[in-house]
Amino acid sequence: MSLSRENWISLALLALLLAIPYAAINFGNPFYVTLATRMAILGLAAVGLNVALGLGGLVSFGHAAFFGVGGYIAGIMASHAMSMQPLNFGLFALPASNQMLAIWIVAMLVAGVLAAAIGAISLRTSGVYFIMITLAFAQMTFYFAISWPAYGGEDGLSILVRNQFPGVNTMVPINYFLICFGVLVVALILFALIKNSRFGAALQAARQNEVRVASVGIAPFRIRLVAFIVSGMITALAGALYADLNRFVSPSMLSWHMSGELIVLIILGGVGRLAGPLAGAMLFVMFEFLLGGLTERWQFFLGLLLLGVVLFARGGLIGLVAGRQRHG
Amino acid sequence: MQTALFIEQLLNGLQLGVMLFLMAAGLTLIFGVMGLINLAHGSLYMVGAFACAIVAAQTGSFWLGLVASLAAAAAAGAIIEILVIRRLYQRDHLDQVLATFALILIFSEGTRWLFGSFPLYLDIPPLLQGTVPLPGGSRYQLYRLAIIGVGALVAIGLYLLITRTRLGMRIRAGESDREMIGALGVDIRTLYTVVFALGAALAGLAGAMVGALQSVQVGMGEPALILAFVVIVIGGIGSIKGALVGALLVGVVDTMGRFLLPQLFGLFMNASQAGIVGGALASMLIYIVMAVVLAVRPQGLFPAAKG
Repeated sequence: MSLSRENWISLALLALLLAIPYAAINFGNPFYVTLATRMAILGLAAVGLNVALGLGGLVSFGHAAFFGVGGYIAGIMASHAMSMQPLNFGLFALPASNQMLAIWIVAMLVAGVLAAAIGAISLRTSGVYFIMITLAFAQMTFYFAISWPAYGGEDGLSILVRNQFPGVNTMVPINYFLICFGVLVVALILFALIKNSRFGAALQAARQNEVRVASVGIAPFRIRLVAFIVSGMITALAGALYADLNRFVSPSMLSWHMSGELIVLIILGGVGRLAGPLAGAMLFVMFEFLLGGLTERWQFFLGLLLLGVVLFARGGLIGLVAGRQRHG
Repeated sequence: MQTALFIEQLLNGLQLGVMLFLMAAGLTLIFGVMGLINLAHGSLYMVGAFACAIVAAQTGSFWLGLVASLAAAAAAGAIIEILVIRRLYQRDHLDQVLATFALILIFSEGTRWLFGSFPLYLDIPPLLQGTVPLPGGSRYQLYRLAIIGVGALVAIGLYLLITRTRLGMRIRAGESDREMIGALGVDIRTLYTVVFALGAALAGLAGAMVGALQSVQVGMGEPALILAFVVIVIGGIGSIKGALVGALLVGVVDTMGRFLLPQLFGLFMNASQAGIVGGALASMLIYIVMAVVLAVRPQGLFPAAKG
């Protein structure tokens, strides 16, 4: 299979991301390892959103809900494992685990159920209604997290020791980066597989022309719901990784600013592109770091940049480099 | 005593609802006429509150501050409409969301830059200080009653504006057929700027009035914006009547939920647990109401004539 220009760019971006932490260690700046890990995790979260937004055209303004739920699962499991208390569900109790693999599965399952519930209601609507409803549902989880004191309420929840991965010391920054990088690569492969599958074709077709898809006998609702669930699950996985990176989870992961930022990442990179979210995340984190070092007011300039991209550079960064997409 | 508290909470709910109506009316008008989703509406609310607080502090007059809030918010609205929003009418909703999200970042950081992160305080004007007696023996803040009164006046004023004036006729025409009124020679660009500035002024008025109850600070517009979204989704996007009904519903349900739910759970739980469960549920209540309304009527309670 010959690689398209876009795929070459994807590989180059991954190689660049992989090179950052090693270069950082060589030059004695281990702080940049954390920065690269942030890029990988935010990129992963945006890859998740890209399934719904890029392929399905579902502008979810509430993906912070899934990101935050993933984070809270990691935090809650870690705190229960720390205090050796089983997770009590009233009727039954489950032992908590501080193994990342177990946490990831739980995070994705819980987010999947949540996405199914939110999606089942939200997907009955479209357009502006969909944007506002997903936003409102995310706000609901946000206020729930704030007003429920058992896991820190407004103050958030600390993860004292980063959760564990078989055979790896996760407290070493480069190890944790490699775990996140590996998950990102798997997610990108999954995204490419979805995009080129029959399911992905139907999903994209439903975005382009819902009536035609329906008239050839495919129900857009079910396809979109599945896409929304997959999308939420990937974003939740990123949330769990993010909580472990910061060893802290707070309601701010559920806030609507987070939802907005995830959309921004995709737009900066390029909607529906394989590496768009990663490019966007790398650009965003770098921008935040460089400008944040220069001025406290970096969000002001981020706003200006974003406005410029939306008004004048449609197609994002990947669009600039790889040319326009052949199929809208 | 319980009855008096109940009435007081009901009035608080009404006051919140009126404030939400001022926000939601502008949002829904802008969506109905221009088809634009404006996240920066909360920033205009903030602009109104800051203008009022600053002018009131300089001149000592709340009333001048109120005038300033209307003027500043309308001017800010007109400026962003001409510079940015105008380019977004033909774009899809995703671009509108992003561009107006960018505007929020610019407004919030810009305001923090100019006025610092400390909240400003705005006093209730002397004329409206004090309380009035309520049936049942308790007393109620006069200022909150005045807000309810202003909201009612604005609702009536908007109704008259839209049904009785030439501008209102053009707005209604713009809602039902954009190309046609352009073809009939109405200067549609100016009409859009006027509608946007009108919506902005209403948001600014809401911000100024609420500013005297709470503190005036960066980020104050965002909770109000999101509640206003819930309102217009419940009411039907584009419908002013829907915005009014939705705003009162959301205001009363939210306030009464916070008041009654902990007591309700208190019937079969101990008090502290009931407070936690009831409080958590109350904070989600309006979103649950929204989900129920949408499950039954996906276009809201009063769908606008044209989606």
